[in-house]
Amino acid sequence: MFRRIVLILALVTIVAVACAPAPTATPVPPTAAPKPTDAPKPTTAPTVAAVKPTDAPKPTDAPKPTVAPSGPLAATKAGFPNKAMTILAPANPGGGWDQTSRLMQQVFVSEKLLPVSIEVVNKGGAAGTIGLAEFAAKKDPYTMMTMGLVMVGGILTNKSAITLKDTVPLARLTGEYEVIAVPANSKYKTLQDLIADFKKDPKSITWGGGSAGGTDHILIGLIAQAVGVDIKNVNYVAFAGGGESAAAIIGGQLTAGVSGYGEWKAQVDAGKMRFLAVSSEKKIGKDPTPTLIESGVNVSLANWRGIVGSPGIDADTRAWQIEALKRMHDSKAWQDIVVKNEWDDLFLTGDAYGKFLEEEDKRITAVLKAIGLIQ
Amino acid sequence: MDALTQLLANLGAGFGTALTPINLMFGLIGVVVGTAIGVLPGIGPALTISLLLPLTFGLDPTTAFILFGGIYYGAMYGGSTTSILVNTPGESASVVTTLDGFRMAKQGRGGAALATAAIGSFIAGTFATFMLMLLAPALVEFALKFGPPEYFAIMFLALTAVTGLAGESAPKAMFATLLGLGIGMVGIDLQTGQARFTFGRPELLSGIDIVTAAIGLFAIGEVLWMAGTFKRALEETIKTTGSLWMTREEWKRSLPSWARGSVLGFIIGVLPGAGATVATFLSYNLERRMSKNPEKFGTGMIEGVAGPEAANNASAGGAMVPLLALGIPGSGTTAMMLAAFQLYGLRPGPLLFAQRPDLVWGLIASLYIGNALLLLLNLPLVGVWVKMLDVPKPLLFGSILAFSVLGVYSNEGSLIGLLVLLGLGLLAFFMRRHGFPMAPIVLGVVLGPLIEQEFRRAMLISIGNPAIFFTRPLSLTILIFAILSLLIPFAEILWKRYRARKGQAAAVPTFGDEVD
Repeated sequence: MFRRIVLILALVTIVAVACAPAPTATPVPPTAAPKPTDAPKPTTAPTVAAVKPTDAPKPTDAPKPTVAPSGPLAATKAGFPNKAMTILAPANPGGGWDQTSRLMQQVFVSEKLLPVSIEVVNKGGAAGTIGLAEFAAKKDPYTMMTMGLVMVGGILTNKSAITLKDTVPLARLTGEYEVIAVPANSKYKTLQDLIADFKKDPKSITWGGGSAGGTDHILIGLIAQAVGVDIKNVNYVAFAGGGESAAAIIGGQLTAGVSGYGEWKAQVDAGKMRFLAVSSEKKIGKDPTPTLIESGVNVSLANWRGIVGSPGIDADTRAWQIEALKRMHDSKAWQDIVVKNEWDDLFLTGDAYGKFLEEEDKRITAVLKAIGLIQ
Repeated sequence: MDALTQLLANLGAGFGTALTPINLMFGLIGVVVGTAIGVLPGIGPALTISLLLPLTFGLDPTTAFILFGGIYYGAMYGGSTTSILVNTPGESASVVTTLDGFRMAKQGRGGAALATAAIGSFIAGTFATFMLMLLAPALVEFALKFGPPEYFAIMFLALTAVTGLAGESAPKAMFATLLGLGIGMVGIDLQTGQARFTFGRPELLSGIDIVTAAIGLFAIGEVLWMAGTFKRALEETIKTTGSLWMTREEWKRSLPSWARGSVLGFIIGVLPGAGATVATFLSYNLERRMSKNPEKFGTGMIEGVAGPEAANNASAGGAMVPLLALGIPGSGTTAMMLAAFQLYGLRPGPLLFAQRPDLVWGLIASLYIGNALLLLLNLPLVGVWVKMLDVPKPLLFGSILAFSVLGVYSNEGSLIGLLVLLGLGLLAFFMRRHGFPMAPIVLGVVLGPLIEQEFRRAMLISIGNPAIFFTRPLSLTILIFAILSLLIPFAEILWKRYRARKGQAAAVPTFGDEVD
């Protein structure tokens, strides 16, 4: 009998150990948090103004981190928020959305920007559309969802019944650029060389990248279109992630590859790969790699990431969330993160962001149609 | 000589880092938590690391990675326990262990099975860490030679392992394998972006998780089986017979299996596209081929536990090679560790050894320490775990059901995942009722997507020319092994017949006879 009890106790302990560090345990609300209701409104908090598109700063002249208003953002008149908030990352741990969500959480907590705690929940799969469906169905104003270009494509290719129109645009945050890379010992030294052979015999060039219809594939589609190669002749080999495709490229299994700039930079630094071109409009930082446009291919593509609010939130809540995001964006901690990850600051809020989403939807629809992934 | 002194200096510094009280403490926490989640079905090391990540923001990255390394190794140790004792693997990498481990437990040798798993894990983990330390850069060069055709060949080789899992009927095993391949196909096809077998349900777009499949087929299936046969009490589990520990003969039989499993598992682990589960199936196949009594596999052969259990631990160590030396993850857990590196602002990759030697060598040293701690932790636990069999069956299987459902829900976070789990459990129940083996289904689920994708990648690269599989030396060599692995049993049968006939001199030929 005694042994039995010991065993059951052991099992219970194991469960306790394994389950205790659930994500909810993460953030501790700032100790000095004033009660949401009686907190003095920081003068710099324009509750509604942030929604107006005119006030949305253009990506290029994003405000320099100024003296941030101290203390957490006060609650709205209706008393939002009065409990913990959630960032839904519609991806499994490890990807860009997960990383963005967790870094946002880090800044919200470390800069004590919110009067409540905030946690990250992952809901991965199918280019984020599974997370999107859950997010739209839940209608929980306390949840915001990270998303980006990949989701725009995923909604189209997966024929998702739920689209971004079922969410409320809050802010576009960052952009990451794509690179075209070859193994370090490749005969191709410039993009022009590669494109010349690509035009001559499209199928002889094997391109490696992420899943079909994803950002990498879209970029190759855009390039093929721009240089006049029939997209049906593009030999695109899909891999489950940037790591797998990196191994194939360094190992010389493929002619060239496409991935996020940051994902492969370490391989270039170590002399395993060579970047031929980046998909940004201007060169990235001090990196001498030319852009696609400079290499004579008139294409640019930003793998942007942003955040949307729950369907049905009222104007005040939306304004509050946008203001919170703005303060997060303006913090030095966030700016450091953007620099460290070699992201582009593409901060754009509210309705201007909504308009951008509509345009991006049109552009991606056109490419995916050309690739033949959607009708 | 210079290289050696350099290595020793690095390792010394690494132990210096790993043995600081705080790092030692986190290493210990890591192996304990790892063992616990290994024992629990559904909760794997990747999920655990993702849950612990936010808690480690305040820590020094080295400390955090020592914690993660401990969890990773610990989970590989713990995974065998429930496979052996109650036929319910907690991870797909310990499915193979059920085949002989559970039989051993039924024969009262559960303690020996657990011990051989623990000691094998220790040997394999230490071996893998040693190779990681010594040969990481050279091994990476080797791993990069593997392209899609080579991966296809390896998967094909692993698929031939099904002949060893067949049980009583080869056609039934074939059917089970094909069913597994079908289950593995559910979801979005990577190459075309099109959904397959999803019945219009968005939840199925990302496919059926291998962990859910393994737990549904084994744990839930076993629970239903027990519930269905409990009253009749068909097979009474024998309490431990003889020594709780391994006998001299069991030691002798385990030793070569540990060695083979360690080497094989490590090689498979180093390849970024293969994974621990493939390593265990290959190891089981190898043990069966090397054995003098291959027909006895599946009835409680200690080699069938020692080899695969060593292989899955060695593959965990192997997977650290591409992670540390290239920044390329070779498993779900190392992918999570890569993400953690990025959150710490570290660029994992070839330069990590040069830029953060403290971290890399601290981690390597802590893996040695972790392995030793795990052995110290797990050997005494053998006695405790075996007591699990004393728990009344309804209570034991009730809690297995509860833990399985909890584990899968925490892994998938959706109700559909639970429905799939229960559906697979029911399927497993009826298939077992009719004598179908379960392991080939898991083999199919694991290998199906890999073998298909690698085949299509290879064909894309060769622009549709299948010669790519036979013109590349590595790929050709592995394929020859695979074909030999299929043919040798038949050749043996023919040889035995020939010998038998020769012995009978002019006796009547017995060509039409069934041979098993």
